Amino acid sequence: MTSPPVLHLNGLTKTFGSVQAAQSISLELFKGEVLALLGENGAGKTTLMNMLFGHYMPDSGTIDIFDTSGTAKPLQLGNPQAAIAAGIGMVHQHFTLAENLDALDNIMLGSERFFDFRRNKTKAMQKVQKIMDDSGLAAPMNIPVGKLTVGERQRVEILKALYQDVKILVLDEPTAVLTPQEADKLFENITTMTKNGLSVIFISHKLREVLAFSNRIAVLRHGRKVGEISSKEANERKIARLMVGEETEISSRKKMKSGEAVLELDNLTISGSSKRESISNVNLIVKKHEILGIAGISGNGQTVLANAISGLLKPSSGKIKLESEILISNDPSNIIQAGVGRIPEDRHKDGIVGQMTVAENMILEDLSNKRIQSRGLLNREAIIQHCEDLSVKYDVRGPGANASARLLSGGNIQKLILARVFEAAPKLILANQPTRGLDMGAAADVANRLLEARQRGSGVILISEDLDEILSLSDRIMVIYDGELKAVETHDRETIGLMMAGEAA
Amino acid sequence: MAEIIQILLSDSFWAASLRIATPLIFGVLGALICEKSGVLNLGIEGIFVAGAMSGWMAVWLGAGLWGGVIVAGLAGAFFGLIHAILTVPLGLSQHVSGLGVTLFATSVSYFFYRTALPDVSSPPRIEPFRPLEIPILSDLPFVGPVFFQQTALTWLALFMVGLVWYIMNRTGLGVAIKAVGDNPNSVDAQGLSVYGLRIGAIVVGSALMALGGAFLTMSAFDAFFFGMVNGRGWICIALVIFASWKPGKALFGALLFGAFDALQVRMQTEVGAKVPTQVFLAAPYVLSIVALVIAARRAEYPRALLTPWFKGQR
Ligand SMILES: Nc1ncnc2c1ncn2[C@@H]1O[C@H](COP(=O)(O)OP(=O)(O)OP(=O)(O)O)[C@@H](O)[C@H]1O
Ligand SMILES: [Mg+2]
Repeated sequence: MTSPPVLHLNGLTKTFGSVQAAQSISLELFKGEVLALLGENGAGKTTLMNMLFGHYMPDSGTIDIFDTSGTAKPLQLGNPQAAIAAGIGMVHQHFTLAENLDALDNIMLGSERFFDFRRNKTKAMQKVQKIMDDSGLAAPMNIPVGKLTVGERQRVEILKALYQDVKILVLDEPTAVLTPQEADKLFENITTMTKNGLSVIFISHKLREVLAFSNRIAVLRHGRKVGEISSKEANERKIARLMVGEETEISSRKKMKSGEAVLELDNLTISGSSKRESISNVNLIVKKHEILGIAGISGNGQTVLANAISGLLKPSSGKIKLESEILISNDPSNIIQAGVGRIPEDRHKDGIVGQMTVAENMILEDLSNKRIQSRGLLNREAIIQHCEDLSVKYDVRGPGANASARLLSGGNIQKLILARVFEAAPKLILANQPTRGLDMGAAADVANRLLEARQRGSGVILISEDLDEILSLSDRIMVIYDGELKAVETHDRETIGLMMAGEAA
Repeated sequence: MAEIIQILLSDSFWAASLRIATPLIFGVLGALICEKSGVLNLGIEGIFVAGAMSGWMAVWLGAGLWGGVIVAGLAGAFFGLIHAILTVPLGLSQHVSGLGVTLFATSVSYFFYRTALPDVSSPPRIEPFRPLEIPILSDLPFVGPVFFQQTALTWLALFMVGLVWYIMNRTGLGVAIKAVGDNPNSVDAQGLSVYGLRIGAIVVGSALMALGGAFLTMSAFDAFFFGMVNGRGWICIALVIFASWKPGKALFGALLFGAFDALQVRMQTEVGAKVPTQVFLAAPYVLSIVALVIAARRAEYPRALLTPWFKGQR
């Protein structure tokens, strides 16, 4: 590499209790380079970047930042402000947005003085507008962030980092909630920005984009750096072997005769406060032994649809029938009892209770199970035993049954939810973006579990933005656009892609 | 019915409402600032007592009226700091710490009172704030007596409503306080100090609460009595929810309560013979609860309220 270095991580180590999240990791970054950081869920990628940004105090190790003349200056550790001052910007894996403020306020936060008699929002808006034009990332700036879709929030996060005039940009799974087109656009713009001297570290589980857009790849496994290769020499196989030591494959979808209808939506309409919160006249049928894929770019009504089926939203009109019984909606617990298993879109917020233990989360939807309680009194030992059994069966790895669930990595949280849902043997499984942010192995696990459920006779609704996932898993495909659901007769990529973009095929 | 209309039309009724509302305005603004940053401050009741007692005592010792106001503010800030340290970096239960501060501040105030005045049966009086008379304006019919016979502290309270609104909605500081009360990670990720913002908000909010107490001994009355705060702090905690954490609505809520209270006093004299006085005494509280029930359903709580945040934890 001929360009000068901009950053040096030297032997960074961090342990959390008994978990060695990072063990003496060293890493170099050069000017104008895009470095991809890969590794399984829980490998320590986020931990490493959090040490760089000052969120975590390393147990040992140092960080050097090189200025334009090429002299190294140690970065003050454990201090985000020092990192920002040194020109480091970070897009976190989980949103760091205040939902009561609009996007512009979130972006301006911290970069303006506390007491200016007039906050110059107009000037800030101009700067943001320019960044939006340059980067191709657009989001509404003047409505509270709480009202934005996940995709839009992700874009706000990236804009927020770019607003700070960064020299080193860290992106922790920036594309997990972006559409493929948006992701490509983002990386194209990042490539342009690196020409102007920006250096980028990004974390991703999507090998396609890693291979296409990075210059160099560093791989972490169990808190250690296990390899570094130039992207030119890399291919999916090589990387996969480095990451996990083995390859997981998605079992293929065997032809199967679908049974009678499990779920039927009859002219379901929800009129929300805005277009994005509404769906109109949705009709669909899911049968036993069948996976129905619903493709669509997020923010087109998927969340509303999923919330309606899980009873979180009351339909304005229309019926939801589960095995031809009309579901009393607006009552999630009733719906779970009736046999609907939910894998929610935001697994941290809606999937688990972070403060409760892993074991407690495991039984959350099945408290009346005789196995764990008698006469309303919970049996602690049985619960922990139950959790340990399921952890083995579903390969949930983490700090143990008694640790808070929020300490699990994203992939393991998803496995916990899968364990809970599958053990209840639901008639219908509602999987909303189930592989978002998961590493290859975990994503394959989820896919295999869904196929297994289909085999067992459940009906599955798979809502996803990942067209490849939809195409490979679904028996039938529907496309949701602007709150309307349309059936597609083919498995043709292009047709579906066009429909997702709203151009009628 | 005619009696009520008579009362509502009298300027003395509205003047009294504004007077009764004044300490509540201070208190509710203080509580609002604390809660916007994500911390409930149940120390408010004790901080009222501390403000009432310390301000009055400072004046009695010769500090001058404004000197007394400053002393009261500092006393509030001090007890606020205790609450802040316990709940923010140490992350202890905000309910327990707040109630502890209330008990502590109340007893410390009584202690100083008794130590300074070991054997008096009635407290010495000070020369309190006088109504601010403004030539011509004070002589206007209706408006004159309602507004221009209030003391400087009432004016200060009204000014604070505007100031707090301005800071919360028009400055970078206000944005940061709202952000830390919604999602502390949002300010941490931007390099701002979660602890700094929260501690600052609690200290300043508590100083405002203490001014509410000071109003009681330095403007409404002219001496300090045990039990004179009498639940005003708790009312403020309810009023913040009623106001949905908005300064303008907080003012409205305080005035509404003040009006109920003023009305109750007048009703007692009008129809007191027929209805027991306790009914009237309870009326403002009952009506507050009813108003709260109606308003609180729509209230949007700061999302991070009551949730401690620790650096480096996920
Ligand atoms: N603040 C924390 N407290 C306790 N344990 C933690 C903390 N942060 C991370 N860990 C643990 O450290 C390990 C590494 O986690 P990390 O989030 O860095 O993984 P990751 O590589 O980013 O995974 P993913 O791809 O799922 O995001 C995990 O076992 C996790 O449970
Ligand atoms: Mg991570």
